[in-house]
Amino acid sequence: MESEALLSVRDLRIAFAGVEAVRGLSFDVRPREVLALVGESGAGKSLTARALLGMVPEDATTSGTVTLLGDTDLAAQRGLHIALVPQDALSALSPVHPVGDQLAAAVRSVARVSRKEARARAVAALDRVGIPDAARKARAYPHEYSGGMRQRAVIAMATVNEPDVLVADEPTTALDEERRDQVLRVLGEQREALGAALVLVTHDMDVVRDHADRVLVMYAGRLTELGPADAVLGRPRAPYTAGLLASLPEHDAPRRRRLPALPGTPPAPGTLPPGCAFAPRCPLAADLCHREEPEPQEVEGHLVACHHWAELPHPAVDLFQEKQHASS
Amino acid sequence: MPLLDVRDLVVRYGAVTAVDQVSFSLEPGETLALNGPSGCGKSSTALAVLQLRRPESGEVHFEGRELTTLPESDLRPLRPRMQPVFQDPYGSLSPRHRIRDAVAEPLKIQGRWNADDGPARVAELLDRVGLDPAYGDRHPHELSGGQCQRAGIARALASDPRLLVLDEPVSALDPSVRAGVLNLLADLQDDLGLGYLFICHDRAVVRHFADRALEMRAGRISSPQPGSS
Repeated sequence: MESEALLSVRDLRIAFAGVEAVRGLSFDVRPREVLALVGESGAGKSLTARALLGMVPEDATTSGTVTLLGDTDLAAQRGLHIALVPQDALSALSPVHPVGDQLAAAVRSVARVSRKEARARAVAALDRVGIPDAARKARAYPHEYSGGMRQRAVIAMATVNEPDVLVADEPTTALDEERRDQVLRVLGEQREALGAALVLVTHDMDVVRDHADRVLVMYAGRLTELGPADAVLGRPRAPYTAGLLASLPEHDAPRRRRLPALPGTPPAPGTLPPGCAFAPRCPLAADLCHREEPEPQEVEGHLVACHHWAELPHPAVDLFQEKQHASS
Repeated sequence: MPLLDVRDLVVRYGAVTAVDQVSFSLEPGETLALNGPSGCGKSSTALAVLQLRRPESGEVHFEGRELTTLPESDLRPLRPRMQPVFQDPYGSLSPRHRIRDAVAEPLKIQGRWNADDGPARVAELLDRVGLDPAYGDRHPHELSGGQCQRAGIARALASDPRLLVLDEPVSALDPSVRAGVLNLLADLQDDLGLGYLFICHDRAVVRHFADRALEMRAGRISSPQPGSS
């Protein structure tokens, strides 16, 4: 579709026991961009991230294509051209090997280099992410690292082979605000230094606002909205995006004790309503929405999957003022 | 008289002082937030207020009674009046019990259950938190996170509390259901005059939801945040 794409996803479908969790997703990742993948539990965002790495669970049925640098053999490129920044730093590192050995093993898994060279690259990667006295720290075990240092070490592990794409799956979910900002800063610096693209899976809109170039909003395994982050956040075109943004407490807005809220709850895979999956929670839903699932269409530089996008007011807050006893 | 008055609270785990000389008070109908990074002592303060962990020193006055020196037998009749709501909605409810049994349990333990109007009381509590009483037949794993947290709140309300200690009550919820649960808590406070000790690391949530906020750091109150109202 676009020659500038580094990574292309076309009609990706991932099903478990006949139930589709990702339901026909197409998007590109461009060189050097930060693309945020946003959605709630069950939206399929983590599964999509895994598909980019060729790491879909074995019991899943996958169709569609994911192409990285013209090649669809993703497992072969993992660690070399594309790498995962895991969510949980502690469980991503082996407790029984020194950190430097683990990084060196990651180097030798994709490059035919001497142990000494692998070792040197490992130390350099630890040094790049700001680990003080990296040569000595490389010989230490994960439990000898502080929590913040461990986060840096897994970022070093993901970047040691200088990949073209980094995939970070909720890298900051379990962290408080200070740690979150620190991890994102280190990740941002590394991405910048390597000239890599970053696919950032998150449900934190503050993170999207501060760090993403573009954002893909997913709902129930499909694309709801895709566009430049400032445009999508500033003027959402899909009712789900608008409702999600309206329901978030804002740092700068005047205090509101009652927040606008979306009624109901995101559907679990296998319990999808007919038509648009968001229709039961959508204030704009009409007959067509309950019959026919909308396809993404181009609207002023966004992709939007909604039959009634043109009727969405801006701001949309009043649409989502909660009725009493919304059962969520 | 404040609903809750905490003075010079100290909680230690071995050599580690988790809560160091913390003092605050809370009026009925008021929300006081404790805000701060992981490990700052927020949750240890909550446990000590609830007397689920006895503090090393300091005083906890609840409705005018000092709790830290009371023996467990004297605490028991007061416990229903201060109820916790925890972060993990699934971990707070037994996976083996149906929702209606979880909500009925406090009534039974407190000797306030009778077969005639007990079930109606449970249905009323579920309705009060915005859950269709039909969900009473389900187990926690059959509910969404938001529904489960509402059930946990219904269970807390079954004891007719005056104080809810809310420990990160919306942090584990999906963003689109978080606002609904916060609104429910606001409604309950308006209707029932409950005091909330609201522990939350998210400053934006604190700013909208709390009347006052205290910032904790390394076991101490580092600063009162500007009153948000």
